[in-house]
Amino acid sequence: MASILKVSSNPHIRSKASTERIMQYVVIALLPATLFGIFNFGLNALLLVLVTVATTVLTEYIYDRCMKKKNSIGDFSRSFSGLLLALNLPPKAPLWIGIIGGVFAIVVVKMLFGGLGQNFMNPALGARCFLMISFTSIMTNFECDAYTGATPLAVLKSGEGAVKLSDMIIGSTAGTIGETSVIAILLGAAFLLITGVIDLKVPCSYIVSFVVFLLLFSGKGFDIEYIAMQLAGGGLMLGAFFMATDYVTRPITKNGQYVFGIFLGIMTGIFRLFGPSAEGVSYAIILGNLLVPLIERFTKPTAFGKGKKGGARA
Amino acid sequence: MNSEKKPMEVFINGLIKENPTFVLMLGMCPTLAVTTSAINGMGMGLTTTVVLVLSNVIISLLRNVIPNRVRIPAFIVIIASFVTIVELLLEGFIPSLYSALGIYIPLIVVNCIILGRAEAFASKNPIIPSFFDGLGMGLGFTVALTIIGAVRELLGAGEIFGYAVINNVLAGICSVFGAEPIEYVPISIFVLAPGAFFVLAALTATQNRIKRKREEKGLNADKIQSGCGSDCMNCDNNTCNHKFLDI
Repeated sequence: MASILKVSSNPHIRSKASTERIMQYVVIALLPATLFGIFNFGLNALLLVLVTVATTVLTEYIYDRCMKKKNSIGDFSRSFSGLLLALNLPPKAPLWIGIIGGVFAIVVVKMLFGGLGQNFMNPALGARCFLMISFTSIMTNFECDAYTGATPLAVLKSGEGAVKLSDMIIGSTAGTIGETSVIAILLGAAFLLITGVIDLKVPCSYIVSFVVFLLLFSGKGFDIEYIAMQLAGGGLMLGAFFMATDYVTRPITKNGQYVFGIFLGIMTGIFRLFGPSAEGVSYAIILGNLLVPLIERFTKPTAFGKGKKGGARA
Repeated sequence: MNSEKKPMEVFINGLIKENPTFVLMLGMCPTLAVTTSAINGMGMGLTTTVVLVLSNVIISLLRNVIPNRVRIPAFIVIIASFVTIVELLLEGFIPSLYSALGIYIPLIVVNCIILGRAEAFASKNPIIPSFFDGLGMGLGFTVALTIIGAVRELLGAGEIFGYAVINNVLAGICSVFGAEPIEYVPISIFVLAPGAFFVLAALTATQNRIKRKREEKGLNADKIQSGCGSDCMNCDNNTCNHKFLDI
């Protein structure tokens, strides 16, 4: 009888989802944007992606060996940060930028805080901001063979020159390797949404609050084309679907995710409209990452049976 | 508690075992703010040392005169007088350092190393140990600030004390191979505020690791117990076996 009545503790529902599989899906979802970036910007972009990914994988491996930690997690989660970082680099950046950024992302932002699942900040974004502050002129130089003009956002900000919305959606504009093509990013995002890896809570509240902020403060009123260009330009789409939704650095609570998204939207709006530079997605997400513990504390749901809201805290 | 302490032990204690920057974590404001270059860190450290030694001596002399209830204001008056003297001397004789350190010279008054040593040591000990405590703590602070400044300057500008170290080394290596010299691209975040935190954290971690390694080998088993936070000199806990002095 004992073998039939086998009772184990919960959870009872099993799924195939594992960290490795989720990371695999995210890397697959990033492939359209990556491939388009390489097609768009040429050989240096390809080399930059390869070097950055190789650096992050190798750095994490060496770090684990040096610290005598078990290497239980596979290659996809290791290469994910590297791929995301590479997509945030300008196409003509020298290769050592990718190496420095990769080492910083893995060692300082990720492993020093305990590795996968413990980092308080998105490693790729942390490294991007490190590089932005350190090598400003290299990181903001988007000139390459195909495009010599300013990025669409810079054009929108200064009002000089012109970009076509259709170019921005397809992605044939200046920018970082992975951020230009809205179609490629949305393709990957759709894959993640269908497989259930991410949901729309954070991206939607992010984008909606950003649009509302633009309507209120941009001074352009209800200008559809302007809003569409702001949405399609810069790293907003990549940030909203691939960075803000990172499991580790977004809030766990449902309401917290809405708060997180709205905060990101408002901060991005402030940086883009009132800041000195045209782009502000990465700084907004990093700031949001830092607020996550606070957001989680205030949006903690009341446990069942603990009475009404507020009454739970005895 | 007021038993005589050996000057050398007190000195070494301040310099290494209870280094104000890497172990006690005191005086973080100047540590993070002025160490953009090795020379600035050294200047700040030496200025603080002078003030610390003088104030420690005077406070130790006056320790039986100052009423306990107004001791902090009295300490501040003494410290502020010395800071003013040093500030005017710097402005007169080393104007370049004076302008580089800026607001952080008057802020030495509220540096918690100085007030902390006055409260924790000088007000309870005779003059000779107080002098050496001030000297050790001050030099420990100087060494720490100079190292932090040197690392930040090296990474953030490629120089140490103003000499273009990295570029010269690179040029030397390149000339051996007969290649064009490579220019070093400075990682400018290291001379900005975040770099100070990175370098301080890395150096503190290194210091802790060296300490732990020595301990594992059975050497120098004395350290501040983690979570203790106060100095062993004035510790009342007689059961603590991490004390470094036979008090």
